[in-house]
Amino acid sequence: MVQEKQVTLSVNGRSRTGRFPAHRTLLEALRELGHTEVKCGCEKGDCGACAVLVDGKAVDSCLTLVWTAEGRAITTVVGLGNAQSPHPLQKAFAESGAAQCGYCIPGMVIAAKSLLDRNPDPGEEDVRIALSGNLCRCTGYTKIFEAVSTAAAALREEGGVR
Amino acid sequence: MSTTRDDRGSAPNVGYRQIGRPLTRTDAPGKVTGRTLYAGDYSMPGMLHVKIVRADLASARLVRIDVSRARALAGVECILTGADLPDRTAATDIPGQTGRKRLNTDQQILVKERIRYFGEPLALIAAQSRDIAEQAAELVEFDLEPLPGVYDPEEALKPGAPLVSGSGDNVVAEYRIRKGDVDAGFGAADVVVERTYRTPFQEHAFLEPEVGLAWIDENEVVNIRVSTQVIEHFRTIAEAIGVPHNKVRILGALVGGGFGGKEDMTVEIYLALLAQRTRRPVRLEYSREDSFVGHGKRHPFKLTYRTGVTRDGRITALRISAIADSGAYVFLSPYVLLYCAVASPGPYRIDNLDFHGRAVATNNMYTSAFRGFGGMQACAAYEQQMDEVAKVIGMDRIEFRRRNFLRTGESISTGFVPPSAIWTEECVDRAWAALGEPTRVAYPLKIGRGVAAYLQSYGRLTFLHDTSEAWVGVEMDGTVVVRSGVTDIGAGQASALGQIAAEVLGVTLDNVVIYNSDSAVTPLAGTTTATRALYMTGNAAKLAAEAVRKRLAAGAAQELGVAADQVDFGDNRVFVVHEPARSMAMIDLVRACAARGIHRSELAIFRAPFSDPLDPQTGQGQAHPDYVFGAQAVEVAVDVETGEVTVLRSVAAHDVGQCVNRAAVEGQIEGGTQNGQGFALSEEMLYHEGRLLTPSFSEYLMPTSMDMPKVQSIILESRSGVGPFGAKGIGEPALTPVAPAIANAVADAIGVRVFELPMTPERVVRAIQEMERQI
Ligand code: FES
Ligand code: FES
Repeated sequence: MVQEKQVTLSVNGRSRTGRFPAHRTLLEALRELGHTEVKCGCEKGDCGACAVLVDGKAVDSCLTLVWTAEGRAITTVVGLGNAQSPHPLQKAFAESGAAQCGYCIPGMVIAAKSLLDRNPDPGEEDVRIALSGNLCRCTGYTKIFEAVSTAAAALREEGGVR
Repeated sequence: MSTTRDDRGSAPNVGYRQIGRPLTRTDAPGKVTGRTLYAGDYSMPGMLHVKIVRADLASARLVRIDVSRARALAGVECILTGADLPDRTAATDIPGQTGRKRLNTDQQILVKERIRYFGEPLALIAAQSRDIAEQAAELVEFDLEPLPGVYDPEEALKPGAPLVSGSGDNVVAEYRIRKGDVDAGFGAADVVVERTYRTPFQEHAFLEPEVGLAWIDENEVVNIRVSTQVIEHFRTIAEAIGVPHNKVRILGALVGGGFGGKEDMTVEIYLALLAQRTRRPVRLEYSREDSFVGHGKRHPFKLTYRTGVTRDGRITALRISAIADSGAYVFLSPYVLLYCAVASPGPYRIDNLDFHGRAVATNNMYTSAFRGFGGMQACAAYEQQMDEVAKVIGMDRIEFRRRNFLRTGESISTGFVPPSAIWTEECVDRAWAALGEPTRVAYPLKIGRGVAAYLQSYGRLTFLHDTSEAWVGVEMDGTVVVRSGVTDIGAGQASALGQIAAEVLGVTLDNVVIYNSDSAVTPLAGTTTATRALYMTGNAAKLAAEAVRKRLAAGAAQELGVAADQVDFGDNRVFVVHEPARSMAMIDLVRACAARGIHRSELAIFRAPFSDPLDPQTGQGQAHPDYVFGAQAVEVAVDVETGEVTVLRSVAAHDVGQCVNRAAVEGQIEGGTQNGQGFALSEEMLYHEGRLLTPSFSEYLMPTSMDMPKVQSIILESRSGVGPFGAKGIGEPALTPVAPAIANAVADAIGVRVFELPMTPERVVRAIQEMERQI
């Protein structure tokens, strides 16, 4: 029998508990716990669809073992906002038409959030670099760049990090 | 980036309240907040997990397969091999359209004996967890006896080449187009230019791998929730598993990218078979590697163009030969080849044309639908050839094109006159002008510019007699519901239907809900392929909404005491045309109509024009409802030491007929530009004897955020298309001209052409070295 362990995660500020074997990735565990907003595109760290914030930093959850995430603050795109009260990034992505099939978007928004938390006024090159681990096959990135700049400006206007 | 409206020759867009604006799509909020459920996000109690065991040779005989050890593993519920299945296949041929019906070319569901491509499925395992299914897959033992295979379509054409299927030869489809007198045309030419162009395999690389969940319900219906472009495969699935058509139901979900790669079936039959055997819900999600080896690719083409031209730049004759690699099974190869044939001369007037094309079976991965579908491979060749010919006769590239452009009212290769405007010239001029001043660089960088024009069909082949249905109704509170089977693969197909209904019924888009993609409860709309969804289903939704509007208008006329043609709808109200103050809210109108027993919904069908097949000897006749015209212009920087190509500017100009959602149109153009750029420069599927050597995103290199320029879209609206409100389509056209524009820019930069795509650094450096040797 594979050895399992009870793991308690803090996801979007709520505590979630499950039993997982040592080889279980954070991606698989989050999805098992119902966090289907975290997407699987490759399970190899190549696409960024599975990105979540771990203690404020964007990481590929497919490359993170769930046992190592115990006790750390995990944020998914659902933790940022919802349709009634969207995060400025979510609002900008929706309004600029940056989501086409949408499959890359949860990871894209998380990568952008991680960037804006570090650098509230990024130049185009900063945005490109920050999103370079997140593949999108639909948009050509043009509207994604626009959405990130729009959101950055909105956040600066609000005068705070959200 | 900035978008320029074109008002040349068309009325200003004042008549529309919803159409043409960059509205936030109805699917956007769910997607950006992570609430949207894709097919892979569903699970059910007692669900089993499936793993496929695949062949590790491309041409072989299955000598022995032993699943006893795998079956003995605790938690394994069911294993199926070819021997367990009835003698059924999945149809892949297109009767009557291949030119010749070949036997034994349908795809087997699981290998019975003969393996024809690397990765062909040998066994299905359903287990209590994914871990167990994967462990069991390791325990399946099989022996393969290698058989001679053929991996190059030209080798496959030679007498005595190993046969992939059946008897005879490896040709799976053959088409000709003959128009005018080609020999006389070459006789009239001052110069003849012949060049050969090669285009590669391409992977769709949708971010969401193939996935589905199947279960059998209380009515014995096999339900399959799956990521697909085509819910109407339910008929083929039913036949493959031996149940009536009405016992299979496909429920779509919003699709995480398709691009043609989810046009053929993917996981459906495997899931249906396992649900039948186990009577449990079963789920199958491809790994990325499964996805790379498990679905058809873009057809590689070898295209030879021989152009006769006068010194003053008139094309007098064109002879084209095309060979496409169909891979191990037929799938949509005949259609792809036909699209290539029809598009082969491009948006030019060619009076003397001879096209001969063949699709050839090999033991490579099978090839099938991919955005651009034969038309884009043709464009890659004809637009490079236009530059090559211009260079030989010493004429400006755009001037040479200008002298040969097809104009509105003239016929294309098949003798058919497109019913819409042909604005190629405007598109070329606008795109080229938008490149602006050349970027300045220093050695080892060199700047080059290129342009490519195209024609690309929208709507399916007219001899397929395509139809599409949509239902529109108003609720008692004045909100609107649209029901249609159309699948939404990310372009906003569903939202566009909502916008059309909103426009016709005068409500705002937030008052519309769209139900789509369920073969049992939404009216069948056909496929989301062939740039047809807006054209076909958009027209159906418009017809349905107009019928509802007409009945509501009659009710409103009675309520308001005016004639029915005096009422108009807008902003969720109905009002008297010249007296907008006399009005009532939609909610009050609907209640009044309900009280009078007025029917408040409509199911409409739209029929594309029906035609006979093209003449088999000459290829003359109607192939498609209509065509889109446009152009791409790019500026590149080439590092002549490393061969690396950077796209600095990419401008697209397309006559889309009429935008329905401007942001969605731009999105298609930007994404198509990315896909075409990858095809031109970096995306390479390396195969060795049919085995894919690059089955991951770290080996198969798509453009990232570091590689893409900000794409500029110039949207022209001729309002002349056969879609709703004069719309054409943009899904495939957006991609078609990109690669040849880049190829022409690279040739412009380095002074020599790389005749084979993708133009990887190695190929670019080799071309430069070869040129230097010859000097
Ligand atoms: S799924 Fe984690 S990077 Fe692709
Ligand atoms: S929107 Fe489809 S992959 Fe990014």
